[in-house]
Formats: sequence, structure tokens, C-alpha cells
Amino acid sequence: MNIVNEMNLNFEAKSINESFARSAVSSFVLSLDPTIAELSDIKTAVSEAVTNCIVHAYGYQGGTIYINARITDTGRIIIKVRDKGCGIPDVKQAMEPLYTTGGEERAGLGFAVMQSFMDRVQVRSAVLKGTTVTMEKAIIRCAKNERPQ
Amino acid sequence: MVEIERDNDTLTVKLKGDIDHHRCADLRRKIDARADSERPKTLILDFSCVQFMDSSGVGLVMGRYRQMSLLGGRLKVINVNDNINRVFRLSGLESLGVME
Ligand SMILES: Nc1ncnc2c1ncn2[C@@H]1O[C@H](COP(=O)(O)OP(=O)(O)O)[C@@H](O)[C@H]1O
Ligand SMILES: [Mg+2]
Repeated sequence: MNIVNEMNLNFEAKSINESFARSAVSSFVLSLDPTIAELSDIKTAVSEAVTNCIVHAYGYQGGTIYINARITDTGRIIIKVRDKGCGIPDVKQAMEPLYTTGGEERAGLGFAVMQSFMDRVQVRSAVLKGTTVTMEKAIIRCAKNERPQ
Repeated sequence: MVEIERDNDTLTVKLKGDIDHHRCADLRRKIDARADSERPKTLILDFSCVQFMDSSGVGLVMGRYRQMSLLGGRLKVINVNDNINRVFRLSGLESLGVME
């Protein structure tokens, strides 16, 4: 498996950037010729990860969010969303559906959405250092037909 | 960005655009202000002009469900597209009987 395309995006942890972030990643994925449903899955997962950085990692105090997206020659998209925020003390518990440290009507479903809409989700976190969420998805049409170059 | 119409005992909220965390605070304020002052029997959230929603939208709907229960009314969610419905399905909101 080789990386055939890559992009990096750094932006301020402001809620107005949630739509920018998911649109940017979805534009980058377009070269894989995804279906509308696949694009929607990716947009939703990115929106969840980015919102978590703004709300939880930086607690509305601002900071920088780092997105790295890579496309493989096997037609997969690998997306990393990273923050240098508060970190997650217990990742297993945080990923349980409906678990939230809350406020402001959070549903506690962000990780559940990421897991159900992407093929693979990995969370690495260190308290007071930050969190990296890595998500992968195979773009089916692409995997079956033309391989990206 | 949002139209709210009153018809007898029903308050209909026509949502527009993407529903994410950024939009939710403002939507919540506008919907609750009308529901609090007008006390409708039914609050309808119409998703026909919404293309995108993440789990923040689930929080918005659950919050309005609680709000309407407190006011002695009910909530209905209508015209949800397939992609958005998949987010709702993860939430178990269907068991509350609010999804049309
Ligand atoms: N990037 C992050 N930094 C710190 N804590 C996080 C981060 N992402 C998630 N969390 C923690 O995991 C919990 C669950 O996240 P999630 O499933 O998205 O639900 P919600 O955002 O609705 O709370 C959050 O309430 C928070 O405590
Ligand atoms: Mg979340």
C-alpha cells in the first residue's frame, strides 16, 4: 500500500470552521470518485472529530486543529484529526455510545457516528497533551475499478 | 436560516442548511423562545431543506423533546433524508416516537 496523495490543514478551533473542515476533506476525497453516501459519511465523521476538538479538547478556549488526509493506491482515505488539548483520561469509556462529559446538549454519539460511518477508527490520547483520531474508509467504486495514481 | 410558522396548536420549524454544533446554539435559542411563549401542542421540526446533520443535531432534537415534554406538548420530526436518518438511527430516538 502506497500513499498517492496527501494534504495537511491547520486551522483555529472555532465552531465556524466546522463546515470549512468537512468541506475541505470532502473536496480532497473527490479524486477517488466516491458515491454521495460515502462523501456524506466522511463529512459527518470529520465534523464529529473536529467538533470534539473545539468543544472538549480546547473547551471553547481556542487552539489549533491539525488535519492530515492521505489517499492510498488501494483506494482508501486515511484521515487524522489532531489537537493539543486536554486529552482523554479513559478512551474506552469516552467511546461508549451516549457517554458525554457534556454540557450544551451533547448527545454522546460522536464516536459512535465515526465508528459506524468509517471502516476503522483509532484514538490515541494523552492527558494534557492532546488527542489524535485516525479514521479510514475504503472508497468502494474506486477499489473495484480504477486504482488512483 | 430558519422559518418558524404557527398554525393553530402547531409550531412548525423549517430548518435550512447544515446542522452542526456551530448552528445549534442559535437554533436552540430561536426555537425555545417561540415554544416558551406560544406553548404549542405540537412542535414540528421539518428537515426537508437540510442536507447535512451530525450528532449535534441529535442533541438539538433530544433537547426539544425534553422541552416539549415539560410544556405538556409533543415533538415530531419530519422529512429526514437517508444520510441524516442514519445518524438518527444510532441515537435510539425512534423509540421515543418522534420520527415520522
Ligand atoms: N478531542 C477530544 N479531547 C478531549 N476529550 C474528548 C475529545 N473527543 C472526545 N472527548 C471526550 O469523549 C466524550 C464523548 O465524545 P462524543 O462521542 O463525540 O460525544 P459528545 O461530543 O456528544 O460528548 C466527550 O464528551 C469528551 O469527554
Ligand atoms: Mg462529539
